[in-house]
Amino acid sequence: MFDFDGYGPSIFGGAILTIELAVLSLALAFILGLLGALGKMSRNKLAKGVATTYTTIIRGVPDLVWMMLLFYGGQILVNYFFEWLYDATDGGIDIFFSFNEFLSGVLTIGFIFGAYMTETFRGAFMSVDNGQIEAGKAYGMSSLQIFKRIMFPQMMRHAIPGIANNWQVLLKTTALVSIIGLADMVRLATEAAKTTGQPFKFLLPVALVYLLFAALSDVVFRKLDVRYSAGVVKG
Amino acid sequence: MLESIIEIFTNPWTWAHYWDGLVKTVQLVFISLLVGGMLAVPLAIMRTSRNRFINWPVWAFTYLFRGTPLIIQLYLIYYGVTLIEGIQESIWWELFKRAFYPCLIAFALNTAAYTTEIFRGAIEATPRGEIEAAKAYGMSWAKRMRRIILPSAFRRAIPAYSNEIIFMLHASAIASTVTIIDLLGAARDVYARYYAPFEAFISIGLIYLCLTFGILAIFKQLEKRLLGHLQPR
Repeated sequence: MFDFDGYGPSIFGGAILTIELAVLSLALAFILGLLGALGKMSRNKLAKGVATTYTTIIRGVPDLVWMMLLFYGGQILVNYFFEWLYDATDGGIDIFFSFNEFLSGVLTIGFIFGAYMTETFRGAFMSVDNGQIEAGKAYGMSSLQIFKRIMFPQMMRHAIPGIANNWQVLLKTTALVSIIGLADMVRLATEAAKTTGQPFKFLLPVALVYLLFAALSDVVFRKLDVRYSAGVVKG
Repeated sequence: MLESIIEIFTNPWTWAHYWDGLVKTVQLVFISLLVGGMLAVPLAIMRTSRNRFINWPVWAFTYLFRGTPLIIQLYLIYYGVTLIEGIQESIWWELFKRAFYPCLIAFALNTAAYTTEIFRGAIEATPRGEIEAAKAYGMSWAKRMRRIILPSAFRRAIPAYSNEIIFMLHASAIASTVTIIDLLGAARDVYARYYAPFEAFISIGLIYLCLTFGILAIFKQLEKRLLGHLQPR
């Protein structure tokens, strides 16, 4: 039943790839989102400007355009850089770095959702009570300590619903990497569908797997929500 | 780099191609939003019904279409439609042999699902007092919907709906994967012709950016006019 004319195992491998791609992109988006939010709230004009430009430009252009720009342009940029490095060191450093579909996918999706995460984290940081931060200062904590011990744990409670939302959209966005040629489950299923002439047989199960991922992540985020809301009385 | 920019953008072919792509993108987005919006109104009303047999099928529709990637929906319709028995001999084949209509159907159904949920939220946020007042005036269900609930619900839905429009504009770029020459499709042609990824994709990105800001500006004005009474002072 799960053989799918022999395509089953490879499509299953594609599903694993989709998860890897999504998790790595989320990790990148998480870091960029934190940096972006700190930049947007910073009093430093340059940091604020960079963060604002980043979120505006990323969110104004379709994800697929970014992906193609990076996939087709990334290798050229990388080649230029290493050629320059080769010339600059008189051939001392000779590296060839291949910019593949997976890396383009992770970078693009990470950068795009980093912009959305920036807004999520910014809102969440602003809902942390100012008195908490002042108390931290009064205890003589450094800004890093205040961030790590006070802001981050309390901010996460407010950020979890937004992160969950972004994750659900991100999961579906990973399907776009099939366009630039990465063998994720959408691409493998589409190829199988074209070869056998049976689109429903291959594409419907893949759609179901996406629904399953969405339902599973819902459960995980509900658990996380409980964890980060420890000590909060819900109305 | 500069030479290739000059070469690409002084060629009238590039501009003609971009213009055709822009027209196609606007057509796709506009028509699918129109059709999707018209589907979403009755669906949203059904979704708020207390009758499980009316409410549940609509829930299933929105859950399926919002839970799976648009590109799978597009492929299912695009590749699936050719399998309908005898369609290649019927007059419908004239419509469906090109990718435009399958694409339109996929986009319209997808935006209908999202818009249904937006409208549902807006309908459910109707203040209770307004409905009670309408009932006290002896209005029927249909009259209440038409005169009281829907007009204010549409207003409340504007901010979320403007996001959906931008989402649709950006999502429409995947039309280029099923042979449609939309904006991104045009950029892919320019890329293939000159092997110039930066020129092609950055220029098209700027056009999308302008469209996005244009839509946002229009909706800002609209919100000022129609939602003035809800603005914080």
